[in-house]
Amino acid sequence: MMSELSLNVLDITQNSVKAGAGLIEISVSINADVMIIEIIDDGCGMSDEQLKAAVDPFYTTRTTRSVGLGISFFKQAAEMTGGRFCITSEVGIGTRVKAEFVLGHIDRLPLGDMNATVETLILCNPDINFVYRYRVCETEFTLSTSAIREIMEDIPLNAPEVTNFIKDFLRENTNNCNKLLKGLHI
Amino acid sequence: MKTLAELQAIKEKMVGQMNVREGDKSVRVVVGMATCGIAAGARPVLQTFSEVVQKNNLSDVAVTQTGCIGLCQFEPIVEITKPGEEKVTYINMDADKAREVAEQHLMRGIIIAEYTVNNSTLVK
Repeated sequence: MMSELSLNVLDITQNSVKAGAGLIEISVSINADVMIIEIIDDGCGMSDEQLKAAVDPFYTTRTTRSVGLGISFFKQAAEMTGGRFCITSEVGIGTRVKAEFVLGHIDRLPLGDMNATVETLILCNPDINFVYRYRVCETEFTLSTSAIREIMEDIPLNAPEVTNFIKDFLRENTNNCNKLLKGLHI
Repeated sequence: MKTLAELQAIKEKMVGQMNVREGDKSVRVVVGMATCGIAAGARPVLQTFSEVVQKNNLSDVAVTQTGCIGLCQFEPIVEITKPGEEKVTYINMDADKAREVAEQHLMRGIIIAEYTVNNSTLVK
């Protein structure tokens, strides 16, 4: 089990990276008593058979060990709050993972440091386009690495100056959205 | 609040310096980032390495990730490869140990044997 949901997101997104995605969209949306986390990629996708197997913890494509717990963990984290989990995929099109959490449920794991997850993903995969959306009620912001790339041209996104900018951008915008939570800890 | 408009200025400042920095990334720091690694705390380990590398301008070091290498019980695992030297595998890492390893191994060439997989006291 992961200690915070942002680690689940990091883990699930590794699947998108391995699926050869060029664009990965991650969104976190908090409204009233529900939090929705969605990860959409344009990677190689899965067949119906693979998709069924993907939620089985004793299925994995890897050869280094015989279990694959990533998706099961995320599914369990959502369902134990009374929320829902859904994964859809199409070969050649991509995969979409959506998890709904009941915010006030005692078993809901904290969201944790989503910004650290996004920073890590960009740092490790400077050539993939990421779109990260964070929304609290009516306030939201978006970070799009392709927009950053357009400005920075051939300067890599994992250059220190760019990394620092992304870090500050995420922190300031997240804090701004979180004002609406009025101190509620998510 | 930060907006993308600020990036233009950052870029202009950087353009002149790019050639200096683009060295050969011959040293590799590889952090295991599969489910096992992440659950065990790989994210702060990777972030710490990256932070030390960036802060000290270690332009020959690339910090990257890998999947599961089959030693899940020893995660977070970090492998450091320097040209002409044997690969060193650090196990049971955390942010503090990562900072130590980055400062000793990457910056001073001193391997912290205590944290490596070869140290039998850690491998039970």
